[in-house]
Amino acid sequence: MPIKQLSVFLENKKGRLWKSLNTLKKEDIDIRALSIADTSDFGILRMIVSDPDKAKSVLESQNFAVSFADVLAIEVEDQPGGLESALALLNDYDVNVEYIYAFVEKKTSKALVVLRTDNNELSSKLLSDNSFSLIGHDEAYSL
Amino acid sequence: MTKFREEDVYIFNKSRECMSKEEREELQLRRLKKVVKYAYENVEFYRKRYDEHGVSPDDIQTLEDIQKLPFITKDDLRNTYPFDLQAADKEDWVEVHSTSGTTGIPTVAAYTQKDLDIWAECVARGLASLGVHKNDIVNVAYGFGLFTGGHGAQYGVQKIGALAVPMSSGNTQRQMNFLRDFPADFLCCTPSYALYLAESFEQAGIDPKSIPLRGGLYGAEMWSEEIRSKLEDKFDISAQNIYGLTEVIGPGVATECHIKDGMHIAEDHFYPEIIDPKTLEVLPDGKRGEIVFTSLTKTGMPVIRYRTKDITSINHDKCGCGRTTVRMSRITGRSDDMLKVKGVIVFPKQIEEVIMTMDELSPAYQIIVSRPGTLDVIEVQVEIDQVNFSDSIVDLEGFKLNLARKIRDAIGIGVKVTLAEPFSIPRSEGKAVRVIDKRDFN
Repeated sequence: MPIKQLSVFLENKKGRLWKSLNTLKKEDIDIRALSIADTSDFGILRMIVSDPDKAKSVLESQNFAVSFADVLAIEVEDQPGGLESALALLNDYDVNVEYIYAFVEKKTSKALVVLRTDNNELSSKLLSDNSFSLIGHDEAYSL
Repeated sequence: MTKFREEDVYIFNKSRECMSKEEREELQLRRLKKVVKYAYENVEFYRKRYDEHGVSPDDIQTLEDIQKLPFITKDDLRNTYPFDLQAADKEDWVEVHSTSGTTGIPTVAAYTQKDLDIWAECVARGLASLGVHKNDIVNVAYGFGLFTGGHGAQYGVQKIGALAVPMSSGNTQRQMNFLRDFPADFLCCTPSYALYLAESFEQAGIDPKSIPLRGGLYGAEMWSEEIRSKLEDKFDISAQNIYGLTEVIGPGVATECHIKDGMHIAEDHFYPEIIDPKTLEVLPDGKRGEIVFTSLTKTGMPVIRYRTKDITSINHDKCGCGRTTVRMSRITGRSDDMLKVKGVIVFPKQIEEVIMTMDELSPAYQIIVSRPGTLDVIEVQVEIDQVNFSDSIVDLEGFKLNLARKIRDAIGIGVKVTLAEPFSIPRSEGKAVRVIDKRDFN
């Protein structure tokens, strides 16, 4: 049950991150989770937002390059080893994690993480079969 | 299937554009003798220079005798700024044009009415080979003013009797409205600006193909076959090359016919020679070198053996279009603005050609040459594709390495490729600034 993540290409230049977030603010779009992967000359801003389709179109109208990626949002126990046990499972099945980052909000005693693997379908099945709960679109965007 | 209509093209001046070799050489020699004498008698610069070289107008008995005359260069034009090369009486001057002078003193040229008529005729020849007729509308988006582009194109359009729309450059929204609403049959501007207009239509959600445009004469900057195909594909038009320079007369010195196999030089007015820029030796047909022009009929500022610094080759074979005038190939560089990086000669066009083969890239790019320590570095900035952008760093870095490798294969030295955001590289509304050389050579 993958959810839609928004990826934005940012040149490694002063003010570009601000400009992208300012564009979202003006449209009243909320950011639920975010991470930045950076290289020497560019970065990729990855986000789970309240209205991904609208976010994509407003960012594009400001000439940003934007794409969607399917990611998994899972709940893990907020305690030592909580995330480790999910990764151990994927590791056993040879699934490679491309990137991972955490939600800003917490849901009860659980922590929420966003996960992108080289096999989302298999990961999704493994995790739900092993009683990790996967968060769906609606829940993720409205947290 | 293109909107361009081959059946519309025609030869504007058959008696001049389809001469036999003998007829042409006879005319050229007669005119050459006349212009050398005219310059010698009316311009102190030529008189002194020829006296110093021990040559006189009487030494011109054959076309080859032109080789006895010394070359003139841009420096000579600067040293005679503003009007010391003018041959005609001041009362006969009716218009002046000038280069931008970005590299120092500008080059100015005053035109007589006769010069303007010759210029109009030369541009009209190019427009005829594009199929422009009396009832057509031609939007001219070259700059108007001291720059020769706008006025030259307009005079050619009016010579045919078609409607010229003097758009000048800039104000892209209005350019788009007028192209669509009039609607324009032809558009003349720099190829980079034409591509920018196509992109602007796309951004506005309008397919450029839906604009009734059928073709145009594009020039005033170096471009490539790859840019031509992009331009022709986007608008579905025939994009033909036009060449010229203020020092000689302006655009129209040479124009491409619809066969697009070199630009026909108006050689009844401008006599071309190709020389080796180092040895100054005159080169035969097919050999690349610097093109040198002699104006055979101009009265305002005649130029005799003017070194253009433009690198090309010429070809006297008869063209399929029926014209017999000599053709010059696309300019592949300038003998003075070629880049020397790490001691290697690099033409920006070689890099452009690689970029244009990458479908995922926009045609905007910039080459930045710097010397952070002791070694030169070439950075090539390209724009990421807004539509198909992959969010994987591995893919993006892979793309950069792949492009860098292709460029290295083309130019022989390594470059650093950087990715820029869509539409972030400046689109010039005149000549695109493709190369920024930050090295300090002093």
